[in-house]
Amino acid sequence: MADAHAEAGIHTLETFVTDWSTDQETFKKVHWGKAMMWIFLLSDTFVFSCFLTSYMTVRSSTTIPWPNPSEVFALTIGGQSIPLILIAIMTFVLISSSGTMALAVNYGYRHDRRTTMLLMLATAALGATFVSMQAFEWTKLILEGVRPWGNPWGAPQFGSAFFMITGFHGLHVSIGVIYLTTIAIKVMRGDYEAKGNYEVVEIAGLYWHFVDLVWVFIFAFFYLW
Amino acid sequence: MEHQLAHQHSAHAPVKADPKQGQQHPLGIYFVVWGLLFVLSTFSYLVDYFNFEGFSRWFLILSFMWLKAGLIVAVFMHMRWERLALMYAILVPPVLLGVLVMLMSIESDYTFWTRIIFFGLQPAPTIGE
Repeated sequence: MADAHAEAGIHTLETFVTDWSTDQETFKKVHWGKAMMWIFLLSDTFVFSCFLTSYMTVRSSTTIPWPNPSEVFALTIGGQSIPLILIAIMTFVLISSSGTMALAVNYGYRHDRRTTMLLMLATAALGATFVSMQAFEWTKLILEGVRPWGNPWGAPQFGSAFFMITGFHGLHVSIGVIYLTTIAIKVMRGDYEAKGNYEVVEIAGLYWHFVDLVWVFIFAFFYLW
Repeated sequence: MEHQLAHQHSAHAPVKADPKQGQQHPLGIYFVVWGLLFVLSTFSYLVDYFNFEGFSRWFLILSFMWLKAGLIVAVFMHMRWERLALMYAILVPPVLLGVLVMLMSIESDYTFWTRIIFFGLQPAPTIGE
């Protein structure tokens, strides 16, 4: 692999300082849309961090035992109770969607419209699968009596943290499915071929990978902790 | 002309970055990271499955979490190939969240002991129960 590090010394402190002191474009050669998407994702990082921090706060301040996620999210398959199995499958589905998205970005830059579109639609389909499984999980928990203000197993804050965090994440996935489908259609229609620039696919990819990234933290802090 | 160019692109594996366009890297690295993410997720699931407790539990969960997050940001989101100016602009501000987490953990410790002192280990009175 040709190491991009050596390329024009973009990783040196000197370029870092000159980039910020040019008083014009700080992120040189970085597509403006990509820079803006990163800024948006940074703000979204803070939103999700607030949710996870407030979850930490209510969980560590309650004197009532926290429901055991391992048992709450267990599924009975073939007469056997398997802990967290649905969540594990959801994790693998979302990682796979990130994988197909990374490939889509690559094929976009090769101007392979058909493969790019198919990979993006596969990503959107995996995302939709994820949301469906989440809907199943919500239904199951609501039927078992979980509410934002209480649940049958312990600390009442469990429900509010669960619905808030997974709900907001699920909303992000749903928006991502719509976003990716839109871009995929535009790829196939030739919008980016006309401009000769497929960076829009990479920007959409950034959003999608971020959704996967947030799930990594939710999986660790909410489901495994 | 445009089409011919496009054809050339897909014919040869385009390893070299087009200076006018964004990130282009060999496909192999994506498959490697995809595989690693699967392995790391399996490991973190097994932490729960085999009921690791205490220090080893949170140490393993956090290690796998940071490794996965790092791989996604560095390779899938191409951060390791971006300019330092962009890298720092995005990666440094979240460090401040450590302050929030620290403050809130002090706060929740205070709330916890206040509840113990005033309500004992009985469930605190809740609204709507």
